[in-house]
Amino acid sequence: MPLPVRDVVGILADNLRLRGSVLPIPARRATAWARDLGIPRGGETVLYTGQMYQLIPYIERLVRLEQRLGDSPLARFSGVARRANRLVNGVAFVARPGASERAEYDRVPANVARLLQKAGVAFGYLYEDDLYSGALAHDLGADEAVAAHARRVVGILRKHGVREVITIDPHTTTMLRTVYPKLVEGYDVRVRSYLEVLAECGLPVGVPLSGTVAIHDSCVYARYEGIVDEPRRLLGSVGLTVAEPENAGQWTWCCGGPAESLFPTTAAAIAGKRVEQLRAVAPDCVTMCPICLVNLRKAANGTMRLRDISDHLLDAVAERGVSAAHVGGQTQ
Amino acid sequence: MSVLATAGMIRQLEAIGPFDAEACMNCGVCSAACPLGIDLLPRRLFRYALLGLGDRIHDASGPIFSCLLCRACEASCPAGVHITENVRVLRHWLLQEGS
Repeated sequence: MPLPVRDVVGILADNLRLRGSVLPIPARRATAWARDLGIPRGGETVLYTGQMYQLIPYIERLVRLEQRLGDSPLARFSGVARRANRLVNGVAFVARPGASERAEYDRVPANVARLLQKAGVAFGYLYEDDLYSGALAHDLGADEAVAAHARRVVGILRKHGVREVITIDPHTTTMLRTVYPKLVEGYDVRVRSYLEVLAECGLPVGVPLSGTVAIHDSCVYARYEGIVDEPRRLLGSVGLTVAEPENAGQWTWCCGGPAESLFPTTAAAIAGKRVEQLRAVAPDCVTMCPICLVNLRKAANGTMRLRDISDHLLDAVAERGVSAAHVGGQTQ
Repeated sequence: MSVLATAGMIRQLEAIGPFDAEACMNCGVCSAACPLGIDLLPRRLFRYALLGLGDRIHDASGPIFSCLLCRACEASCPAGVHITENVRVLRHWLLQEGS
């Protein structure tokens, strides 16, 4: 049984308002991926992660807890939990993913930074000022908290003199590119996904790949932001053949992830259907959103190989003998 | 069967954000395209809102919050209704109302 919606959304909104993220994690964890990459602080163009990939291991821990709580008598005390969370950051106590779980998702922002560096794109990073965008709170209708948070993020971008942002996931892309301009007057930062940047400037392919991958388009990239062609061009440029599943591109099928925080059973059913569609065209699948990646992996349960698009691209531009699997951590 | 209408409900919704449910032609393409297969969303839901049937909206809180906002419905809608934004507005209204 789902937990009371109002209390769950209330906790997420309180966290965003009080701590700058729906799931506040220490800055050292959110920025750990950038260690040793030599990315300058700030600059007119910055790579903005919005902490999305870094948050996935924490979200997974919380969803598991939520499922257990939803079926227990403790669910009746969700209002008390919300009041307690205003005083103490509950996430710090209940969601503590291990190092290997964190490394699995930290690898993607590191991949993207390396790809941009290899392509000759100059960019900086805001480190502890790279805040979550507010995407989940926006989806759930917590509009006041999101508006205040958007003003905070835009204030940070202005403080650093940022004129262009390169994003790494669809949810942060649509928040910063499409939602923030409606919430913050005078917001004029140029926002592009790294897929758009790389598709425009091209990748220096060192190790051409071969094989076929099923492509899973993100709903948000495809239907909110019109990003459909870019990932296909990039995969083709590194030598991969893209297999289009039933429901692809603009007609892509949701991974179910957006329902996971409140309705995990529903989310799992949608993901299961999507895995069947993907597996029907190729045993390897490429995703481009952290939420899609984690949901489809769970649904596939090892029956197909799912990797982020940045893993494939980095394999092709890496020095011979060095693949994405070895650069930042393990792959599944 | 009688129902209780919430006076001024459509004005409350429009105050939250753009709400264009009146453009819905009730054709049902959205429901056919929905990965969740939710029959209620969005055509009947929008009728409830236009008629001010707040209690029915409250009863539909589960489907409203389980919507994926994936826009499969919008991509198919012949009337160009901004379905996902309407759903977000209804979520905000429900949170304000205490669902």
